Amino acid sequence: MKELSFGLTMTFWGMGVTLFTLGLLILIIRLMNRIYPFKEEIEDKKKD
Amino acid sequence: MFSTALSALTQGFANLSWQSVLMILIGCVLLYLGTARKIEPILLIPIGFGIVLGNLPLAGLAASDQGGIINLLYKSGVLTEIFPCLLFVGLGAMIDFGPMLANPIVLIFGAAGQFGIFITLLLALALGFGRGQAVSIAIIGACDGPTAIYVASKFAVELLPAISIAAYSYMSLVPIIQPPIMRALTTKKERATLMPPGEKKVSKTVKILFPLVAGIVTILIAPMGAPLMGMLMLGNFMKESGVVGRLVDVSQNTLTNLVTLFLGLSIGASMLGGNFLKWQTIAVFALGLLAIAFDTVAGVLLGKLMYVLSHHKINPLLGAAGTSAFPMSARVVQKEGQKANPRSFLLFHAIGANTGGQIGSVMAAAAMLAIMSKLLIK
Repeated sequence: MKELSFGLTMTFWGMGVTLFTLGLLILIIRLMNRIYPFKEEIEDKKKD
Repeated sequence: MFSTALSALTQGFANLSWQSVLMILIGCVLLYLGTARKIEPILLIPIGFGIVLGNLPLAGLAASDQGGIINLLYKSGVLTEIFPCLLFVGLGAMIDFGPMLANPIVLIFGAAGQFGIFITLLLALALGFGRGQAVSIAIIGACDGPTAIYVASKFAVELLPAISIAAYSYMSLVPIIQPPIMRALTTKKERATLMPPGEKKVSKTVKILFPLVAGIVTILIAPMGAPLMGMLMLGNFMKESGVVGRLVDVSQNTLTNLVTLFLGLSIGASMLGGNFLKWQTIAVFALGLLAIAFDTVAGVLLGKLMYVLSHHKINPLLGAAGTSAFPMSARVVQKEGQKANPRSFLLFHAIGANTGGQIGSVMAAAAMLAIMSKLLIK
């Protein structure tokens, strides 16, 4: 019973933290893409 | 005098046990697979040769009490966790987060792709493995060799050889393991879903900022994952910065190759007959296979959900790329998509999901490490 509760705790928190973090990263990436959108001419200048 | 000299020269043969002979044969099989069949040769050749060298009696290469040279490598690189962390610098320098940054929603597949880890954890506990062993076996489901080695070296050193071999073998067997599951869980109509080629571009600033920001955020959430995530993001930051070409080149090639050689050799040499030929080894391999199968099932089921929620715009096969077997899973998705619809081109999106899986696997490992460390303190 103790092992089952350990396994379920791990599953709950492990999956929970992974989902939360990746969800947060999605929001951060969207925000960064808005702040720094891709602009062809700027990126070309950077390459030069 | 003559008989003493003769016995001294035949000591090696006299001390050869059946377990050593069997392990030497296993080493030769790995060498054959790596050399003749070209299956993961970069890893299987050092491991295979390490097994042969480690199991030769009296050579003492892997013996801790005789200061064996391979044992020193094992102690200084594997047990200290330096080797897997260095591999992550190389991995970060090779990976391109561009497709994921262009379509960040695919990151969510990286979470589903870790579900098998936790199902396997429950199964391993039910089979009677200790907590540390169960966590280490389950992490094979991360489909990520360095992560599996990192976790196993912390909690189940006795299972480390079996876990590392299983993790790397299954990574290379992804093209065999995943397709039947993908076909069984989806209809042809679903698999044929067309997605835009998706060559959406991302600004250079976002590409440079992402490893730094993601590194800070993920390490703040799960500090125990810092050695892996920190090194992964360092490698990627160097690559995207575009100003340290020499360091990137060394990380991608020399560093990765050298560490892979040392890692393979020392893990191979630690596979001694007496401690490898046990039922636990077979159980580790079976559970590892289940872990990757469950990852694929969870990924494809999430893919089906996204297919419905997106009004048939997201191909459910993308879910299978949520594991961190990079880039094998993405290639499998591309191939299966094209089988169902020759006009389908899923690679760009699948690579995005695959890199999401890379981050997801480190996060899952970090969360498990954090909980385990707290439990050990208590």
